[in-house]
Amino acid sequence: MQHSEAKTTRSATAIPHLDAVTLGASTPSGSTRAAIRPFKSTFPESALAELQRRVRATNWPDKETVDDDSQGVQLATMKKLAQYWSTDYDWRKIEARLNEFPSFITEIDGLDIHFLHVRSQHEGALPVIITHGWPGSVIEQLKNIDPLVNPTAHGGTAADAFDVVIPSIPGYGFSGKPTESGWDCPRIARAWTTLMKRLGYTRYVAQGGDWGALITEQLGVQAAPELLGIHVNLPSALPEEVLKALAAGAGAPAGLSGEEARAFERLDYFFKKGLGYAIEMSNRPQTLYGIADSPVGLAAWFCDHDILSYRLKARAFDGNPGGLTRDDVLDNITFAWLTNTAISSGRLYHENKLPFFVPMGVKIPIAVSAFPDEIYQIPRSWAERAYPRLIHYNRLEQGGHFAAWEQPKLLVQEMRTAFGLLR
Amino acid sequence: MTERISERALQAQVGSQSAPIDEPSAIRSFHSSFRETELAELSRRINASNWPERETVRDQTQGVPLALLQDLAHYWGSEYDFRKCEARLNEQPQFITEIDGLDIHFIHVRSPHEQALPLIITHGWPGSILHLLKVIDPLTNPTAHGASADDAFHLVIPSLPGYGFSEKPSRAGWSPERIARAWVELMKRLGYSKFVAQGGDWGALVVDLMGKQAAPELLGIHTNLAAAVPAKVMQAIHAHGPLPPDLSSEERTQAEKLSTFFATGLGYAIAMATRPQTLYGLVDSPIGLAAWLMDLGDGDAKPAAALTEALHRITTGRCEDELTRDDVLDNITLYWLTKTALSSSRLYWENKVAFFEASGVAIPVAVSVFPGEFYQPPRSWAERAYPKLIYYNRAEKGAHFPAWEQPKVFSSELRLAFRSLRG
Repeated sequence: MQHSEAKTTRSATAIPHLDAVTLGASTPSGSTRAAIRPFKSTFPESALAELQRRVRATNWPDKETVDDDSQGVQLATMKKLAQYWSTDYDWRKIEARLNEFPSFITEIDGLDIHFLHVRSQHEGALPVIITHGWPGSVIEQLKNIDPLVNPTAHGGTAADAFDVVIPSIPGYGFSGKPTESGWDCPRIARAWTTLMKRLGYTRYVAQGGDWGALITEQLGVQAAPELLGIHVNLPSALPEEVLKALAAGAGAPAGLSGEEARAFERLDYFFKKGLGYAIEMSNRPQTLYGIADSPVGLAAWFCDHDILSYRLKARAFDGNPGGLTRDDVLDNITFAWLTNTAISSGRLYHENKLPFFVPMGVKIPIAVSAFPDEIYQIPRSWAERAYPRLIHYNRLEQGGHFAAWEQPKLLVQEMRTAFGLLR
Repeated sequence: MTERISERALQAQVGSQSAPIDEPSAIRSFHSSFRETELAELSRRINASNWPERETVRDQTQGVPLALLQDLAHYWGSEYDFRKCEARLNEQPQFITEIDGLDIHFIHVRSPHEQALPLIITHGWPGSILHLLKVIDPLTNPTAHGASADDAFHLVIPSLPGYGFSEKPSRAGWSPERIARAWVELMKRLGYSKFVAQGGDWGALVVDLMGKQAAPELLGIHTNLAAAVPAKVMQAIHAHGPLPPDLSSEERTQAEKLSTFFATGLGYAIAMATRPQTLYGLVDSPIGLAAWLMDLGDGDAKPAAALTEALHRITTGRCEDELTRDDVLDNITLYWLTKTALSSSRLYWENKVAFFEASGVAIPVAVSVFPGEFYQPPRSWAERAYPKLIYYNRAEKGAHFPAWEQPKVFSSELRLAFRSLRG
C-alpha cells in the first residue's frame, strides 16, 4: 500500500526538527538512553503556512439553532477565532518565549520525555515537578516559571524559591507518542519519579491540575521517599455517597451543607451535560480523525473542556478577555496542531483506569486550592475526608480549571504558602 | 446549502403539484445535481488529509483503525464515483414540500398495484434515504421479487429534518415528536387516508411516537429496533448497578449486552446529545466525517461489523444483497455534500424521550429482531412494551441497518409484519 505508507511517513515526521536538534546535541547511543539532550522548538515556516491555509479554507457548518452556548462552541465565536488565527496571530512569539527556557528530552521507560528545567539562583530552592493536563501543554505553565524560580522579582522572598521541572505528558507536545498501549497515570507518575532522580533531586514536591492532578495524586499514592508532598487544583476527593448520587443521576444525597450542595450541583451538570468529549475519547479516541485533520475542528474540541472555561475562552474572542487572551488560547491549540498530538493526547482518556474524582488513597502531605470556576469547587469537608494529611486548603476568589494559565499569581501564591509548610 | 436546495427544487418544479407552486404545501419535484466543483473539492480534501499516528493497539478497541480508514480514503479520493449513486437516487421520484415551516425531502413511489398499502419508512443516524433505496422495488413491485401483488406497498421515504436534502432547522424544536406529526401531515398531503409506518434507529423512535400519537389514519407500525427495555433494567444500566434479580437468562443476556454498549460504545451519542455544535471537525474534514459515521457499533462489533466487512467488498457495481464499499461511501458522501454532519447530530440534542423505553404505544406494533442489532429484544419484553404486538420475528441475518444490508430479508419481514393490517 504505497499510499498508506506515504501518509504514515508524513505523520511520523510531523516534528522534523526533533531529528535535527538531536543530531546537533548529544545524540544518545544505546548505552546513553538516559542522556539529557537539549531541545529547541523550531517549526518550519511551511507548517505554519499550511495551518493558515487550512484555517482559511475551513468548510463551516450552519449556525447552532439556539442563541446561547447550550449546543456547544458557537459559530460566531469560532469564526472570530479562525479570522484571528489565519491573519494576525503569530506562533513565533510563543515559540520564542518557550525557547527562552532550558528545554530537554530524555528517554524514560522506552519513551522520549520532553521537559523544561529551570533552576533557581537561590540556594536551597525547593524542586517542584508541575504537570499539565488536557487540553493543555507546557505552554499553560510558562507564566509561572519566573515567579517560582525568581521569587524576589515577583513579591516573594528567597525562601519561596523553586527549581522547576515541567514535563510534557506522553503523547503531548514534544514528548514521544506511545506506540503501544499502557501509558496510564500510574506509569506516568513512575516516569516522573525517574525524571526527578535523573536530574539529581533527592527531595522535591509535585503540583498539577486536570490530568496533572491525577498524575500528581498518583505520585502521592506511590509515595517515593524523595517526595515531600503535593499540591493539586483539581482534587480527586468526592465522598462515596456523592459519587453514587452522581452516577444514579437522581439528585443530591441528603444532608449536604450549602457549600457541598453547590459543588454537587456543578458536578451533576458536568456529568450530565459536560462529559461527552471525555467519554468519546475514553471510548474511541482513534475515531477523532476530524480534530487531527481540521484546525477549526481541533480548536472547537479544545475550547469545549467545561462550560466555564469555554466561556472564558470565548470572551477572549469577543474583545472582553478575562484571564486568558486570544493568543493564550491559540498558542495551546496551535502547539497541538503543529505536533499532531490531537489524538495521541486524547488517548490518555482511553488509557486511564482511574474513575474521575474518586479518592486514590493519598497518605502523604497534600495541599488543595479550590478555585471557584473549576469543574467543582471542593468543600473543605470533602478534602478533609479524602486526605488524612491535608496541610493546606484554600478557597480562591477567582480562577477556574486552568489556574496556572489564567491566574498565575494566585496559583504561585498558593504554591508558596502550601509548600512553605514542607521546606 | 438551504438556499441551494431551494433553488434547485424551484428549478425542478414541474407538473403534478397538488397545490400552486407558491403555496407552502406545494409538492415540488426534486433532483440531486451536485456541481462537479463540489466533488473535486471533496477529493482534494481527502487527498490532503492530515493523518494522526496509528492506534496503539492491534484491534478496533480505540476506534476506527488508521489503516482501514487510509485504505478507504485512498479509494474515496481517487476511483470512487458519487455520480453512480446520484443517478440511482434520481431514478426515484423525489419531492420537496414544506411542512411546519420546514422543507421536507422525500421519495414517493406508487405501486402499480392500486390496492397497495401506503407505507412511510424513516431512516436514522448515520443514515439517509440511501439506506432504503434497495427495498423500494421489492416493496412496491413485489411480483417481480417472488412475492404476491397482495403484499404491495405505496412507499414514502422522507429525509429527516437536518438530514440529506431536507432543510436544516434554523431554530431548536424539531424533536422526534414533531417529526412524527410532520410525517402524518406528509402522508395526508399525499392523499393517503390509511397507512402504516416503519423505522429503525431514530426512525424507530419516530414510528414509536407516531404510534403513541395514534393518528386515526395510522393502522400500525413496524420497528427493527424495538424500544422494549424495561424501566428497571434501564435504571440499573444507567446507575451501573446490579441488574434486577428476576430476569430470565435470555433477558439477562440482553441486559448485559446493552450494559456493555452503554458503558463502552455511547460516547459519540453523548457528545452529540450534549454539545453537537462543537463537532466542527466533521464538517471540515472528510476523513473526520467518515470515521465518525462509521464508528456506530452494531451487536457484532464497533465499528459495525456490517460496515467493515463491506469495505472488503470492492465491487463497484450494484450489489443487491450485500453491503459494499461503495454503499458505505455513498452515504458518507451524501452527508459531506449536504453538509449535514452537525444538523443531523442535533437530533440527539433535541430528543428528550428515552430511546430504549417505548411508552403509550397502544396501536398494533410489529417487531423484527435482527441478530446483529445492538440487542435482541426478547419476546417477553416486546409484549410488555407493545400491548398490541401483532408480529414478532427473529430474522435470520442482518444487523443495525437491515434495509441496507439485507434488503430481501427486510422486505420479507415487512410483508409478513403488515399482512394482518391489510384489507
